[in-house]
Amino acid sequence: MEKAGWDGFEIGAMLRTFDGAIQNIATTLPEDRAYSQSSSFTASVADWRIEKPLFNKDYCIDCQFCWVFCPDMSIISRDKKMIGIDFDHCKGCGICVEVCPTNPKSLLMFPEQKDEESALVEWPKKVKKEKEDEVGEE
Amino acid sequence: MSEIKKIKNLKEFSTSADRFEGANLLCPGCAHSIIVREVLNATNDDLILAASTGCLEVCTAVYPYTSWDASWIHIGFENGSTAVAGAEAMYKALKTKGRLKQPDRVPKFVAFGGDGATYDIGFQWISGCFERGHNMMYVCLDNEVYANTGGQRSSSTPIGASATTTPAGSVSYGEKKNKKDMVAIMAAHGAPYVAQVAPNKWKDMVAKIQKGFAAEGPVFINAMSACTTEWKFAPEDTIAISDLATDSLVFPLYEIINGTELNITYRPKNIIPVRDYLGAQGRFKHLFKKEYSYLIDEWQTRVDAKWEQLQRREEARV
Ligand SMILES: Cc1ncc(C[n+]2csc(CCOP(=O)(O)OP(=O)(O)O)c2C)c(N)n1
Ligand code: SF4
Ligand code: SF4
Ligand code: SF4
Ligand SMILES: [Mg+2]
Repeated sequence: MEKAGWDGFEIGAMLRTFDGAIQNIATTLPEDRAYSQSSSFTASVADWRIEKPLFNKDYCIDCQFCWVFCPDMSIISRDKKMIGIDFDHCKGCGICVEVCPTNPKSLLMFPEQKDEESALVEWPKKVKKEKEDEVGEE
Repeated sequence: MSEIKKIKNLKEFSTSADRFEGANLLCPGCAHSIIVREVLNATNDDLILAASTGCLEVCTAVYPYTSWDASWIHIGFENGSTAVAGAEAMYKALKTKGRLKQPDRVPKFVAFGGDGATYDIGFQWISGCFERGHNMMYVCLDNEVYANTGGQRSSSTPIGASATTTPAGSVSYGEKKNKKDMVAIMAAHGAPYVAQVAPNKWKDMVAKIQKGFAAEGPVFINAMSACTTEWKFAPEDTIAISDLATDSLVFPLYEIINGTELNITYRPKNIIPVRDYLGAQGRFKHLFKKEYSYLIDEWQTRVDAKWEQLQRREEARV
């Protein structure tokens, strides 16, 4: 579809999310959908972020809390496993990190420019709650 | 009739294919989006959706983009309800005339509206839809404020909240009127199913949405939507604030069937003081000044009284 300017957009016009028909959208995963240029899926909000979440699968228990509470469909889970983050649509809110129950967390916030490899090397170890005196109120 | 989607646990739920897309313009951490995902993912049936003007509508339909993977219509602030009711009436007419192209596919009709659209400006339209008995679900995204236009109070804004039209300051503690009991009002229409939900309690939410979809007739869902921008808390805390709301019983979770059978669906193991909920949000900050501390006590008394009343109604089945 050719993108029209605001004044080329007819009143009552309909935006089609997909190019061509999809029989059952509810059972078709994003990778199998032909998104049209009219879907915000084809846009990016990556430049909204100052910090980004990074994922360490070594500690993940696939509880899917991050998946259900991410407001931006940016936690990618397939076959009941958390497999990564969609950085085109993640707004860096940090909810996924807050709800992650593992110790240490399997998701942590890092500055946007941080590379994943060094983040994984620096990943904190398990925290023993009683012994840490810096740990404040829960 | 269509089958109810099997969602035993969160792992199973996470196999859902979202019909709501990213790169919408909702704030980072916005609960509207979490609620929409939980509602849409509760079914695999086709969806016919509408939204009243407000954050959800404005942020998901910014030309040249749409964030919806389903039929979706927007008309005005006041009429998300009647937009969907019209589509539902047309569906029924086509069905009667035998003109549905795929008669075996039974869609779900859902309208979303903010508390401004629901408690105030679209109220008579919603009431009309419920009186006529359309087969539709109306979901109110209740963030207790006109968020999209900059935080004016609505009839859902609770006592003591600072809003731009009821600002707290040297002469006022903010909103002075109590929140309207919209759940009771909608139940009084005799609707088959009415419920209050919160996105942090995803399982309770999904169970209620599925019950609502299975009901014949109009269904009202009041969904607590913690708003990072207007309630003034950090975006990563949306779920934590929601937990404070449900565990302090400021937002009790319950359902009312056929206008009379009230069931409480969540009883917190440890009920936390309302003070903790209020203290976590900037909109209530001024209540912690000495001269306004009586308002926090009054808050607690109101919440206790409401909880008592809900339990009495549950017992008496009235
Ligand atoms: C008839 C009419 N009056 C006023 C407006 C301006 N307006 C647009 S959105 C909005 C506030 C919406 O508040 P609410 O329904 O609570 O949704 P929220 O943005 O909080 O999700 C207002 C006042 C409008 N679009 N139409
Ligand atoms: S930071 Fe926010 S938007 Fe990004 S993946 Fe986590 S929850 Fe989703
Ligand atoms: S919340 Fe943490 S443990 Fe649970 S699936 Fe997400 S990353 Fe894994
Ligand atoms: S103002 Fe509140 S309701 Fe509106 S998009 Fe932002 S967080 Fe969501
Ligand atoms: Mg609102």
